[in-house]
Amino acid sequence: MEAGTPQVVKLEELRVPGQLSGRKHILSILVENKPGVLARVAGLFSRRGFNIDTLAVGPTDDPSISRITLTLDGAVHPIDQVTKQLHKLVNVLKIRDMEPEETVAREMAMFKVSAAVENRAEIIQFADIFRAKIVDVSRRSMTIEVTGSADKIEAFERMIRPHGLIEMVRTGEIAIARGAD
Amino acid sequence: MRAADALMESLKAEGVKHVFGIPGGANLPTYDALVDAEFRHIQVRHEQGGGHAAEGYAKASGKVGVAFATSGPGATNLVTAIADAMLDSVPTVFITGQVRTELIGTDGFQEADILGATLPFVKHSFAVTDPRQIPEYVHEAFHVASTGRPGPVLLDIPQDLSRADIEYEPRTEPVELAGYKPPSEPNIKQVRIAAKAIANARKPVLYTGGGVVNANASEELRELVAADRFPVTSTVMGLGSYPASGENWLGMLGMHGTRAANYAMDEADLIVAIGARFDDRITGKLSEFAPHAKFIHIDVDPAEISKNVPAHIPIVGDAKLVLPALTREYRALQTDGSRLDAWWKKIKAWQDEYPLGYEPGKDGEIKPQFMIQAMHRATGGDAIVTSDVGQHQMWAAQYYGFEKPRRWINSGGLGTMGFGLPAAVGAKVACPDDTVVCLAGDGSLIMNCQELATCVSQDIPVKVFLMNNGYMGMVRQWQELFWDRRYSAVEMGPSPDWVKLAEAFGATGMRCEDSADLEETMVKALETDGPVLLDVRVSPEENCFPMIPAGAAARDMVG
Repeated sequence: MEAGTPQVVKLEELRVPGQLSGRKHILSILVENKPGVLARVAGLFSRRGFNIDTLAVGPTDDPSISRITLTLDGAVHPIDQVTKQLHKLVNVLKIRDMEPEETVAREMAMFKVSAAVENRAEIIQFADIFRAKIVDVSRRSMTIEVTGSADKIEAFERMIRPHGLIEMVRTGEIAIARGAD
Repeated sequence: MRAADALMESLKAEGVKHVFGIPGGANLPTYDALVDAEFRHIQVRHEQGGGHAAEGYAKASGKVGVAFATSGPGATNLVTAIADAMLDSVPTVFITGQVRTELIGTDGFQEADILGATLPFVKHSFAVTDPRQIPEYVHEAFHVASTGRPGPVLLDIPQDLSRADIEYEPRTEPVELAGYKPPSEPNIKQVRIAAKAIANARKPVLYTGGGVVNANASEELRELVAADRFPVTSTVMGLGSYPASGENWLGMLGMHGTRAANYAMDEADLIVAIGARFDDRITGKLSEFAPHAKFIHIDVDPAEISKNVPAHIPIVGDAKLVLPALTREYRALQTDGSRLDAWWKKIKAWQDEYPLGYEPGKDGEIKPQFMIQAMHRATGGDAIVTSDVGQHQMWAAQYYGFEKPRRWINSGGLGTMGFGLPAAVGAKVACPDDTVVCLAGDGSLIMNCQELATCVSQDIPVKVFLMNNGYMGMVRQWQELFWDRRYSAVEMGPSPDWVKLAEAFGATGMRCEDSADLEETMVKALETDGPVLLDVRVSPEENCFPMIPAGAAARDMVG
């Protein structure tokens, strides 16, 4: 008997794995850099009723290949089904469901806040605490660039919002595996 | 070589013998090249007809069906056929003309973004941006369309690019696509586990679908069934893979399946799904579907496994390879087949208590079920039968009794009315020596009746047996049963006069209104040269039973 094959398979002992992981997933998807590929990926999500939380697209070290990094909620979507559907797209080369502990994930955001002279010190202090950068200043506003995990950006947003958030721009998360792998 | 001529050479290199289509402005170069091409082009009368003909061709022969259309409306007319081919996994290649490159994006005359429009239901598509891509894309298109889970592939070629001059070299090398690796050999460990689970099942059912037909795995299925008298049922797409006369046959399952098949699914302890996808027409109310069963799911498309019903034992692979391995592993266990005696006793009791049946017609009234039985006798049960969508389709599935695969050609997934006649055109072109009968509904036939002109002018002698009840019958049935009989837009009225319509097209028209004459008239229609339309007047308000009402469970079948 070959290892791994049970001697007896009792029907009552058969189980199916849970379909929902209950956590946020970051999918790193390598696709061919061809026209319409993003439309195929985005169209698949909308057609199957999967919601994309964030989406970032950019080149890789190989000009013929682009990377799509997207995040979605594993509490409402069966990630296994999502990746299997994605794999059916001929232009999709590789999909990696990034393990949270093994991954460095970053997002960049820019916040434009109304900043009267008397508030500026406090805003600059927040920016320092979050290691954010002030990238533009005008008479009535300041623009701050923050880089970090999505959690960090959301925390900064909570701090800055009471000061009068004029506009916020976020890139969506990108991610890379830790270590040499 | 002109790119359009290279397109013809490329198609020839893929073994193409027949193409269906209509020319237009944007594919003029293609049609010019066609004059010198060595394959037959069947000029259809509407691009949708061409698309369904390509499907009928593919379903009857197992070969890739090909259809041409011009840009804009020509291409959008193909859309229904492309969606149909996607849902029924039909290996097809659709080649559309596109406006000249410089006009793309300008809303030019007859410009439509057909690539964008069809993205949700193509297996893959190619927009040609350089004429040198054409031979390579054709080679890849045929590979993608016909391997793994088959499906439609679109190739969109701008008019100016097909006039360009290119170096042509035949592409014969195996296709290498980095993002496309269809599975073939199953994981043998999974197969062993499945065999052992089957060996422990007391109430197993084999639930088969169109995947068995696509994999040409009918023989392999029959061998698995024979390994231990497994009860076997099928979706409407898989009929014929296991013969209807076979002793383990439960009949079709699902919404209009037999009680024996549906009750067996409801009580089964193990369901082996083979090339089937747990469509809502099969499961009914999902939360109450097969409540006692564990599932082995065999499919070439991993995304089908656990999509609707979580599988306990998933097996990804081609049924042609999985089934013999499963049969071998199962036989090696030398299981005592008598454990299935009680299960068979129960199934036989259902079969005895609930056979398919209907009230016979009185005074020459032709019951639709009787019409199918007469059709079976008149054709010796061996015709290729294409159908439209509705009651007649379900009655054919219930009563014709298909013995072989690729004899029953219908639109199962998309449920496209108007599919039958053009599909019959394609089937007859693919299998000229076989009798091809289009079993049509009067609501459906009118939707693509223009293809009678194709039959006449291209000498394609299909026989159309029209089940004429004067209604869009299935919709009428639902309005009667579930909408208080408030009939809304389902009467077809007296128009057209089908016999005259057939004659106007140059076909032979016949009519039958008396059950005593039916079989004889059918035989006459089959013996008449050329295309024939036989208008059979059947009971107008007969309902198709039994039935699982939408959203109900199998054990709540009615009728």
